Amino acid sequence: MRIKLTVNGRQFDKHVPADMMLLDFLRKYGFVSVKRGCETSNCGLCTVWVDERPVLSCTYPVARAEGRRVTTIEGVVPEAEEFGKFLAARGAEQCGFCSPGLVMTVLAMKRELRSPDEQQVRAYLAGNLCRCSGYTSQLDAVMSFLKGGAR
Amino acid sequence: MYTIKTYLMAQTLDEAYSALQKNKSNVVLGGCGWLKMARKRFWTGIDLSRLGLDRIEERDGWLELGAMVTLRQLETDPAARAVFGGILPQSVERIVGVQFRNCATVGGCVWMRAGFSDLLTALLVLETEVELYHAGRMPLETFLALPQSRETRDILTHVRVKLDGRDAAYQSVRNTATDFPVVTAAAAHLGQSWMVAVGARPMRAVRVPAAETALSAGAMPEACRAVAALGYAGNLRGSADYRRKVAQVLVRRAAGEILQREGKQ
Ligand SMILES: Cc1cc2nc3c(=O)[nH]c(=O)nc-3n(C[C@H](O)[C@H](O)[C@H](O)COP(=O)(O)OP(=O)(O)OC[C@H]3O[C@@H](n4cnc5c(N)ncnc54)[C@H](O)[C@@H]3O)c2cc1C
Ligand code: FES
Ligand code: FES
Repeated sequence: MRIKLTVNGRQFDKHVPADMMLLDFLRKYGFVSVKRGCETSNCGLCTVWVDERPVLSCTYPVARAEGRRVTTIEGVVPEAEEFGKFLAARGAEQCGFCSPGLVMTVLAMKRELRSPDEQQVRAYLAGNLCRCSGYTSQLDAVMSFLKGGAR
Repeated sequence: MYTIKTYLMAQTLDEAYSALQKNKSNVVLGGCGWLKMARKRFWTGIDLSRLGLDRIEERDGWLELGAMVTLRQLETDPAARAVFGGILPQSVERIVGVQFRNCATVGGCVWMRAGFSDLLTALLVLETEVELYHAGRMPLETFLALPQSRETRDILTHVRVKLDGRDAAYQSVRNTATDFPVVTAAAAHLGQSWMVAVGARPMRAVRVPAAETALSAGAMPEACRAVAALGYAGNLRGSADYRRKVAQVLVRRAAGEILQREGKQ
């Protein structure tokens, strides 16, 4: 089937299999930041935005994205780099496999919630698993990033 | 992962329903959260996302949830948050994560009638109706009693909850914050009546009439005994005995929360 959508502002008009998920579409067309960390819609590594809302691209049929705006980390580089510095400063990035998904969720949260407290941040990020960091350093990085404080 | 051969972006409900009836291997796509895990081969995937079923509206004294309303919408929508002590957002806010809840739908959750369903437990203590495209409007409990077979396939279009002013509270216990619930409980109070439901036993949520009668008489210990008398089973998340004990605590907490808001505890 044929679909049209935009990824990071760029138009795509492609033939795709009916059962293709957005994740596989994005990786096929070069957005390889998008990672698959599970088979059960559970890890959050594949998080991208569809019309600015964070969704699991592994679970979102690409056909449903017809006419919609998809954003990956490649589309928000300056902001992602800024947050990345906070992660790095706390050693929160170990293997880094979970980072693109985490970054997309954190940046979505920043747009959606106004000055969230730690509890709200934990709840918002609960769907982003990380096998390395133990989360404490990640949470520190997120809280100071949101406060716009020193790295 | 499932496979599908053709994708139908339905333009009308009639088109979606006809497609569903046409071939036994055609399937309605909700948020695909559950569906995608099945290693099934489908012919046509029927997408309901362009039918205006993604709205939460107040209509004639009912809160109407379209089948394609996401769990995240239910969690953040001001009208849904403002009623029944916030039981609707509370029941879904621990399901996996924000990104998952931006995909999974009210229609998919209710249609599945899963034992572990947080939302079903909550909806059972409210006056809830389910609307199916073919079979029409019916109380939630009638829907739950329908046989689930290929012959009774229909499309769930709306879930409606009567805005009767009842207070309600939700409780669940999970082994980790976002895991499936070990056991769920909900309570509601309206006038002289109490409503109590227990789910994830791990069997599907049910109302507990004996506990409701006991609560109406102000007899919490008796209500707990009624909850203990339900059937429970063990699985990898917890034993039957553990669930039986925890369910009693959850019902006491849910009812207690309501009594506290009423200044009675
Ligand atoms: C990892 C994981 C963890 C989960 N944890 C929890 C949890 O803790 N608590 C909880 O309550 N739930 C949990 N769930 C279930 C989840 O909340 C949803 O119930 C599930 O994803 C189904 O919703 P969906 O919109 O994704 O439907 P789909 O997966 O798209 O569909 C499910 C079924 O319903 C049918 N269907 C969907 N919409 C309709 C409709 N409108 N009319 C007719 N048929 C329809 C589909 O054909 C399919 O058979 C979990 C799911 C996953 C994958
Ligand atoms: S790959 Fe794990 S949730 Fe999408
Ligand atoms: S840093 Fe390795 S998974 Fe998170």
